Amino acid sequence: MKTIQGTVYVVRDDIDTDQIIPAQYLNLVPTIPEEYAKLGSYALCGLPDGYPPFVKPGALTADYPILIAGRNFGCGSSREHAPVCLGAAGVKAVVAESYARIFFRNCVSTGELYPFETPIRLCDVFKTGDRAEIDVGGAHLTNCTTGKTYSIKELGAVAPVVEAGGIFAYARKSGIIK
Amino acid sequence: MAMTLTEKILARAAGQRVVGPGDNVWVEVDILLTHDVCGPGTIGVFQREFGKMAKVWDPSKVVIIPDHYIFTADEKAHRNVDTLRDFATYQKLAYFYDPGTPTYKGVCHVALPQTGHVRPGEVIFGTDSHTCTHGALGAFATGIGNTDAGFIMGAGKLLIKVPKTMRFTVNGTVPPYLMGKDIILKIIGDIGFDGASYCAMEFTGSAIRQLSIEERMTICNMAIEAGAKNGIIEPDEITFEYVKAHTSKPFEAVYGDADAPVESERTYEASTLEPCVAEPHVPSNFALARERNDVKLDRSYIGSCTGGKITDFLAAARILKGHKVAIPTFLVPATVEVAEDIIKSEIDGKSLIEIFAEAGCEDIAPPSCAACLGGPEDTFGRTSGTEAVISTTNRNFPGRMGSKQSRIYLASPLTAAASAIRGRITDPREFM
Repeated sequence: MKTIQGTVYVVRDDIDTDQIIPAQYLNLVPTIPEEYAKLGSYALCGLPDGYPPFVKPGALTADYPILIAGRNFGCGSSREHAPVCLGAAGVKAVVAESYARIFFRNCVSTGELYPFETPIRLCDVFKTGDRAEIDVGGAHLTNCTTGKTYSIKELGAVAPVVEAGGIFAYARKSGIIK
Repeated sequence: MAMTLTEKILARAAGQRVVGPGDNVWVEVDILLTHDVCGPGTIGVFQREFGKMAKVWDPSKVVIIPDHYIFTADEKAHRNVDTLRDFATYQKLAYFYDPGTPTYKGVCHVALPQTGHVRPGEVIFGTDSHTCTHGALGAFATGIGNTDAGFIMGAGKLLIKVPKTMRFTVNGTVPPYLMGKDIILKIIGDIGFDGASYCAMEFTGSAIRQLSIEERMTICNMAIEAGAKNGIIEPDEITFEYVKAHTSKPFEAVYGDADAPVESERTYEASTLEPCVAEPHVPSNFALARERNDVKLDRSYIGSCTGGKITDFLAAARILKGHKVAIPTFLVPATVEVAEDIIKSEIDGKSLIEIFAEAGCEDIAPPSCAACLGGPEDTFGRTSGTEAVISTTNRNFPGRMGSKQSRIYLASPLTAAASAIRGRITDPREFM
């Protein structure tokens, strides 16, 4: 099964959907391709001052395919713009201690990114800029910068849905719908 | 097997005799609610997956209530409402509440029950996390994303996991200075911002049963602020009176079994609860209003699905009558009906309009979500700097009302009004 590699960006607890995508950008419609791309450019721009910019000014995508987070990532709104903007910015996976329910489900139904959970508080041991590799099938995450490996929870039935590109794509691929 | 209220509703909607927490079931949907922010994306998913010319599963069950970005010059916001209008016309939707016309309502979660679309025992999904509001009328109601909503548009059903039920019992008599907002902020403060993740929050007890539907809505509205899937209150005579006043459609109320096992139980005594605030930047950051007198404020804001109902404006007016506000005070009725009720309502022979005007409040804004979630830069009441705001809304996240530097204190309309008079956080008992 696949691996996801790249530079990580680290956030802490209770990152809500207004921080992921501030409401002023919800006038963009995710199913319109150019607005999907534009959403990526605003990903995580609502983080408080003190965080480095996630997407560089003028860029449409970020240099961080892996997000490391604390508890309750994606809390707040049901806006699908939240996982969509992260996916559009090039994020392939979030590894968090826990998720808000609607955000987790929106990650899966859209297939935008893998929402991995881990019992370890990785936001304390990873630093933004570290290199990491996720073994999706083996359910572990390696910090290539420090050489340490951490276990993550298996996604079970969720993984093939994300892999297929979301709930509709998965349902067609597996013959659930035509 | 004994089942809770939430389990019983889901069992019926799934066509099963019994369901239990953790079961994954397909439920038939009674109402799908969407608005201008998530509606166009939902329609995009529906048309991409079911076909450009596909028809929704039932045009009487898709309810579209634009409310977020209505009074703005933002071109995309207008384009999005146009998308909804074209779709509603093509689909022959029975319920599209069109901005700029007499059918316009305002904030969807107050408008949905006011237009009779919330009935006890039914299953409601909405593309908005505060869809959990409608549990106040004994329905199962929860927020979903565009993709799930697009699926429902075509299929009329959804696969969901039955949540565990956490029960919150509030007993006793509700004192005049205490509101639904104080009760739910206390509960969220106790269990935490993710304290009810994936669970149903069921509110019961003699104090809850005394509350109006509007006050019950305030409580259920904020179940999501503890991460819950739904908030719910068993229907009673107050519920039936409200529902029958707003719709003639038949419904079959559902009641939980008294002996149904629940995940957890907490009990409160209403007379011991006090007016409170949630300090920046999470709704679980509980503090008593009387212990935060030192917090100076720049603005007071009364509005939104959780704090812009007629009961909220009556509460604020009770405090503001005969006083002057010390800080700019913004009033945004949730819906057209609330705005009309503000004109009609009086306290001791004085209209609310007069009370607010004499207190020096800003002119009452047209009904919409307005600054509750920031929105386009020309949104009424949006913060732009380092403002400290006391607000009857439901979220105090960084940047929620516009500026990342502003600080939002969530409170009841009584507390927001008392604080407006003093210009600092104030317990409303000082004016009662």
